[in-house]
Amino acid sequence: MAKKFIGKRIRRIEDPRLLTGQALFVDDVEIPGMLHAAFVRSDYAHAHLKSIDVSAARERPGVVAIFTAEDMGDDWEPGPPLVSPPPTVKDVLFNSRTQVPLVKDKVRHAGEAIAVVIAESRYIAEDAVEDIYVDLEPLEAVVDLKKALKPESVLVHDDLDSNLAAHLVQEKGDYAAAREQADLIVKRRIVIDRGAAAAMENRGIVAHWEPKSQHLTVWDTTQAPIPIRNGLAARLGLSEYQVRVVAPFVGGGFGPKMMMFYAEEMVIPWLSLKLARPIKWIEDRRENFYVTTQEREQIHEAEMALTNDGRILGISDIFLHDSGAYDPYGLTIPLNTQCHAMGSYDVPNFYSDVKVVFTNKMITTPIRGAGRPQGIYLVERLLDLAAKELGINPVEIRRRNYIPPDAFPYDHEIIDQAFAPLIFDSGNYKPALEKAADMIGYDQFVKEEGPCLRAEGRHVGIGIVSFVETTGVGPYEGARVTVEASGKVNVATGVGTQGQGHFTSFAQVVAEQLGVEVSDVHLVTGDTAEFHWGTGTFASRGAVVAGNAIHASAMAVRGKVLKLASEVLEAPEDELEIENGMVRVADIPRLSISLGELAVLANPLRGAVEPGTEPGLEATAYFGPRYGGTAFGTHAMILEVDVETMMVEIKKYVVVEDCGTMLNPLILEGQIHGGVAMGIGNAYYEKLFYDENGQLLNASLADYLIPTATEVPRVDVGHEETKSPLNPLGAKGVGEAGTIPVPALFAQALENALPEYDLEILETPLSPNRLFELLYDK
Amino acid sequence: MRNVFDIAVTVNGTRYDRTVEPRLLLSDFLRRDLDLTGTHIGCEHGVCGACTILFDGQPARSCLMFAVQANGHEILTVEGLGTIDELHPIQEAFREAHGVQCGFCTPGILTTLVPFLEENPNPDEQDIREAISGNICRCTGYQHIVDAVKIAAEKMSASAVD
Repeated sequence: MAKKFIGKRIRRIEDPRLLTGQALFVDDVEIPGMLHAAFVRSDYAHAHLKSIDVSAARERPGVVAIFTAEDMGDDWEPGPPLVSPPPTVKDVLFNSRTQVPLVKDKVRHAGEAIAVVIAESRYIAEDAVEDIYVDLEPLEAVVDLKKALKPESVLVHDDLDSNLAAHLVQEKGDYAAAREQADLIVKRRIVIDRGAAAAMENRGIVAHWEPKSQHLTVWDTTQAPIPIRNGLAARLGLSEYQVRVVAPFVGGGFGPKMMMFYAEEMVIPWLSLKLARPIKWIEDRRENFYVTTQEREQIHEAEMALTNDGRILGISDIFLHDSGAYDPYGLTIPLNTQCHAMGSYDVPNFYSDVKVVFTNKMITTPIRGAGRPQGIYLVERLLDLAAKELGINPVEIRRRNYIPPDAFPYDHEIIDQAFAPLIFDSGNYKPALEKAADMIGYDQFVKEEGPCLRAEGRHVGIGIVSFVETTGVGPYEGARVTVEASGKVNVATGVGTQGQGHFTSFAQVVAEQLGVEVSDVHLVTGDTAEFHWGTGTFASRGAVVAGNAIHASAMAVRGKVLKLASEVLEAPEDELEIENGMVRVADIPRLSISLGELAVLANPLRGAVEPGTEPGLEATAYFGPRYGGTAFGTHAMILEVDVETMMVEIKKYVVVEDCGTMLNPLILEGQIHGGVAMGIGNAYYEKLFYDENGQLLNASLADYLIPTATEVPRVDVGHEETKSPLNPLGAKGVGEAGTIPVPALFAQALENALPEYDLEILETPLSPNRLFELLYDK
Repeated sequence: MRNVFDIAVTVNGTRYDRTVEPRLLLSDFLRRDLDLTGTHIGCEHGVCGACTILFDGQPARSCLMFAVQANGHEILTVEGLGTIDELHPIQEAFREAHGVQCGFCTPGILTTLVPFLEENPNPDEQDIREAISGNICRCTGYQHIVDAVKIAAEKMSASAVD
């Protein structure tokens, strides 16, 4: 049956509130009597905390309280590990060291919170922070990943023997044997540096403990309100029903807002209980640079073994991954890197050894892409270099190596970030490649346009790379769908929303089943008082996992609607249809009843019901996939380099994306555009510069360059639709797809644009300065 | 020493008389003293553009001004553009073209665009991109925003002709 709502370009129902300044963000929460917090933070990356003198600050009018680690007493304890190490791989080493609410003895990264001031206003709280004297004895900072693992290195955690946080080896086939048979080995060191998620809204939290009702309400810019509620209840000794966590409109997530139990998330609710007052803390941009989690830093010693005709025999990758000062997020990022280091290709032999390293830098946790861009960078770069050596064109070498469409489900024989087997559920990679090559005009550029422009002295290059994106991982999400007496439908789900259009795309899923208009579906997300089972919005899983839970709930409600209508209309269920909010007998349209009337009948206020009757037209359902679906696609671009300034201009950018069933192509394309923009930042503008003392040198938006409308090109998006067999909607995630392949694409296109320089790009992020160095400082 | 000042500011057509500290930022004044929380604070160093308001009709960063500087001036914030039931044509176009994702940067972009479209009723793609290049959006990649501005320009010049 043709879909009426799913797959349609429906404009968003949440927009009017956002467009008129009427949407609630955390910083908009105002409560009478609310106090404001500001944190005293370490100027050093690594230091012993000798003493703190808060006496002057206490004297300042308007200061209500100051707390240090010592003042927290027995309530001081490090945060919970958020993700456990993989249980199914033998010989895995994992040293769990989690972040602390306030520094007790030793500072482990610049910006780490040492004390908190609570005052009548944020202005006064910040004044008081300046009054506090902290005596720190600086230590040598652990910054460089390779040096960190040398025996003579100072230690980030003194109770460990080394700065090794974790060690994990994953293997498939026999790489050593494959290497013996290879005609060509391409071996390179690949370096990937740090960037920031830099959501436009900084983090924030408002905690309101009401002593009379013994109830705690927390508004938090989190992607995962339910785990925060559960964790807070456990820490504060409250029942889960005494704690409500609300993630209202959140101004961009991109991963770091998932990292539950930041220091501030532990301290502010605790203080609200302690002081019996509502307390607000809003991160400023400088804090966002220092103490919101970061990602991507890895050093790879990678090699690819190939035959003369460009077929991959195997890949070996020995790499270091920077965990920063603590490792609450386990091995998610390096596992993702391992799982994407084979890209879209049929790689029979694979060896991957990762050492995770503690350093005196901010903690790393997933940022849009989450380890995947690194894996894709590695495999695409090695393949490009092999193609050059073998004289095969980049399109052709990819075509030769793809996992063939009849090989799905394709088992990679390693484990993924959810510790499930890495199985690619479905895919058909060649059509996406060919469509992208066609859209960018690949052959025409290579044969005519490119040589022509080069003859004019211009440095114009083309690139084309493929990627995969594991998405929609478990464990599960749930939803409750209710038809109300008005005939409108209420949906509650646990995931938070940060701009992905959930209010609309989830409404489309419900409208499809219940025959109502999308605008008649009201969605509540991210409020634990409304729905309290689930995990959160991450890993490109919202549409897949929550979407299918909502689909299942709506199907169950549909069943109840038809059953009741069949009794009322005295017609068999299979002769009924639901449209425009009415249930009617297909052949006799005048025999009908509205959903609202049925909802009233399903909830009688007088009289007797059959024993066992459940009231209302309501259902709750859950969805948990055995493993996640894998989306894929190809990006291509033409860029021009100005060799005087090393600025690049992207002349054309093409994405062909296949994420299974599309719920709303308008929203989907928006996700792709935004992902590509972030990828462009990752590739050519955005790098966090830490010096040898662990100081971040560019902690402002004036110094850390996020692409603006003049750096980001128009992106042409083409769609393919290979459904996932793993869920009823056939959907896969798309949230991170735009970002993942961009650095690899930049590298290929830059090399292509600058043939006379014999350039080999083995690092990301680049920048105009860095490209200049690569060209002239050889 | 007197450390507060009386100011009178007209915001979205309403005159407000308030007493403020000289160091109070205009952004905080709008959000906290007037409860106009549609103006968002993204960086407080004048780069991201989220806090852009119209100051006597010109776009200005409210995080880089003090409330006392607004004494006797007229301010327009996003709340003064349109309402949920009656969106401004630019707001309507943003909805039509999906120019909003998380919506945090949106108010500052809308206020930047109001005078831009008055001065440039038929902008081309490059004009639009330069006009919003002082506003950072992390979600949209700008493309749907540019599309929205084109739609708004068409709508607004069509209604001007009518």
